[in-house]
Amino acid sequence: MSDVVNDNIKLPTGEKLVLSSSPHLSSGSSLRKIMGGVLLALVPQIAASVWLFGIKALFIIVYTAVCCVAAEALWCKLADKDVWRNISDCSACVTGVLLAMCLPVTVPLYVPPLGAVLAIWLAKQVYGGIGNNPFNPALVARVGLLIALPAAMTLWTPSRGMKQMDYPEKQLFYTAENIQKISNKENVDGVSCATPLGAMKNIEKIPGRSEDAVNNFADLDSWEMIARYAIGDRAGCLGETCAPALILGFFILVALNLINWKVPVIFVGTVAFITGMVNIICPGISPNALFHVLNGGLLLGAIFMATDMVTSPITGRGCAVFACGCGILTSVIRLWGNYPEGVSFAILFMNALVPLIDRWCGKRPFGYVAKR
Amino acid sequence: MKSSRNVMTFAGGIHPHGDGKSLSCYTPVQTAPLLDKYLVILAQNAGKAPVPVVKKGDTVKKYQLLAQADGVISANLHSPTSGVVSDIREIQGTMGVPTPAIEITSDGLDEGASPFDPITDWKNVDVEQLKQRVVEAGIVGMGGASFPTHVKLSPPEGKTVDTLILNGAECEPYLTADHRLMQEFPEKVIRGAAIFGRILNIKNIFVGVEINKLDAIAALEHYAEEYGVKVAYLRVRYPQGSEKQLINAITGRTVKSGTLPMDAGCVVQNVATCAALDDAVTLGIPLVERIVTVTGEVVVHPGNFKLKIGTPALEAVRFAGGITEEPGKLVFGGPMMGFAQRSFQVPVCKNTSGILLIPQKQAYNFESSGCIHCGRCVQGCPMHLVPCLLSTAIEAGRFDLAEANHVMDCMECGSCAYVCPDHRPLVQNVRRAKAELRKQMNANKEK
Repeated sequence: MSDVVNDNIKLPTGEKLVLSSSPHLSSGSSLRKIMGGVLLALVPQIAASVWLFGIKALFIIVYTAVCCVAAEALWCKLADKDVWRNISDCSACVTGVLLAMCLPVTVPLYVPPLGAVLAIWLAKQVYGGIGNNPFNPALVARVGLLIALPAAMTLWTPSRGMKQMDYPEKQLFYTAENIQKISNKENVDGVSCATPLGAMKNIEKIPGRSEDAVNNFADLDSWEMIARYAIGDRAGCLGETCAPALILGFFILVALNLINWKVPVIFVGTVAFITGMVNIICPGISPNALFHVLNGGLLLGAIFMATDMVTSPITGRGCAVFACGCGILTSVIRLWGNYPEGVSFAILFMNALVPLIDRWCGKRPFGYVAKR
Repeated sequence: MKSSRNVMTFAGGIHPHGDGKSLSCYTPVQTAPLLDKYLVILAQNAGKAPVPVVKKGDTVKKYQLLAQADGVISANLHSPTSGVVSDIREIQGTMGVPTPAIEITSDGLDEGASPFDPITDWKNVDVEQLKQRVVEAGIVGMGGASFPTHVKLSPPEGKTVDTLILNGAECEPYLTADHRLMQEFPEKVIRGAAIFGRILNIKNIFVGVEINKLDAIAALEHYAEEYGVKVAYLRVRYPQGSEKQLINAITGRTVKSGTLPMDAGCVVQNVATCAALDDAVTLGIPLVERIVTVTGEVVVHPGNFKLKIGTPALEAVRFAGGITEEPGKLVFGGPMMGFAQRSFQVPVCKNTSGILLIPQKQAYNFESSGCIHCGRCVQGCPMHLVPCLLSTAIEAGRFDLAEANHVMDCMECGSCAYVCPDHRPLVQNVRRAKAELRKQMNANKEK
């Protein structure tokens, strides 16, 4: 018997035939495609940040991403790992963009490299690289920078609309000194201002305002202000302000089956429920729920950080518990904590609980019978 | 039409895109020409291999008994053609290990009378006579497991079986053998099912077909009512044809972990097995040939062929017009659960539903960097396990942890490894753990 079947093409024999255990097909998805999908979902918010904060925003984002990829390459080089394989899955790039999303546009240029080292080395590679990190690298870097360099990380500048002279609620967000500077049209490099959440914490300290918290909050969460927050016209980090862009990103992620839709929905829903209830029961503690949903890093955190595959639970039930915990912690930190913003702390805390959640929210096998 | 119009399915599973069925599903079944030599492997059934009753140099007729079943879980083996027993030797088997086989050198006549009397009056004859025929004709499950069929026909005392399900789901990508069988020989399938129903005294008979085979469904429905069989529409979903998932989809019953379908009152038979039974009863011929899909992107004319048991893969590929480029992998069965072979000399067995040639560019082993907990394997697992965590435990050598997390419930469908974006060897690890745990269990028994 010859093994030439036609056109003199020989059938391979022995060693040339690949032997492997089934399945012999693959869905064709890969880490690179997943990370590419996340980057695609971030594009609307990147565009929004450029629109709101100027072209410097794009520079910060690219710069931070490059720093992260470089940090990953350097670590892999030093640790004798395959450099190209580790950076070509784009996970460091995604971490970099997400970290940039948590930085203010005024950030000094020495901060992103520091953040990259924190994110890639401390939060990811020391645990063994992709897939093994218990905490979200971008959030670890953000929190590390926030603690180490609080001044640089919280120097907010006004967004596009806030720069207009007739901005009515100036005194809520600017110090008296800065208002003076703006109206005098002094030649300054820039002015700083407060984020709405920061304003919420400090509103009664503003000279000339009444001590009545309910009245103060009414200024912050009026419909006019909510409309401004909704389009992202407020001070804040690069990536957290524009709700429509973030929600578009959410739909992209869900359409590409990259996240469990339950996590953002339950996370935001829990925050809205708790702050809404507090607002109704004791209006002096909290502005209304919409204020909380649209401000701070809630949408960014809920859509892009809490849904990070590596650091969130595996099962649907686990994801629900995880998201609910994030929501409760965020609300508590925002309303009663020292920091104005609690999303990153809440997510990192819940990250630590993921192995436990995975254990308790396991799945019941098909045809399960309880063992006696 | 009595058949249910709603489409049934189960929870979990995957939908392989580009399932490759269109390569071979449109061409009618062709009968392969006679070959010089056939290699009939003895161990073609689950359980004990039958004992040869011929020796080297014997002349045999077509359908003549070659090997006699050894015990209950064993099946007879018959000669696929007439000729001489030229050798009995060890060859490479479909499972990759050397196994004894009978080589038949054909005399070119392919003659022989059916050794059994046709039972045309199967509706009224004694059930024992029909059961006897199943044993005589060497019928085994032709879907893959090749479990001797007569064992499934004798439920133990105290177990009542009330539903017979014919498995025509054919959820494996690329395979269309059952599809063509149901479309071209629907009466055989339906009548075979009715005979099974008669043997088991079951009136409740379903044939489950995925709705990507509407032409086959139409063909089956033409005969269904006459024989009292209901056609159940199944959603296109892998592994819809898995026994437990099929029962769940059609009857809503759950086969408990560690029990058999019989415990849920169901018996599942492959459609090809039914057609073989119909041949054995109404024509009196034993199981010596089957429809095999010979397919793959590199095959010139992919299609379905009626091949005699013992046809080497090489000849099957030749019937299909040869190849356009060198394949990288040869698989017996479908791409999801089939077995990669080391040689093109491996012959077709009773359970070989497909011969698949995989191009070189798809035939390599992936490297994986690490689980990213995406949970796709969890969504895909039809047994509702957590493959990624199982696999991590197994990689760390924690077989006990894997066992505690129900690794033994895995049916190795491979959905998890298919969807894994990191190409982790999930199901492969599970197989390792199952083998390891069985070894430990046997060691404990010996103590």
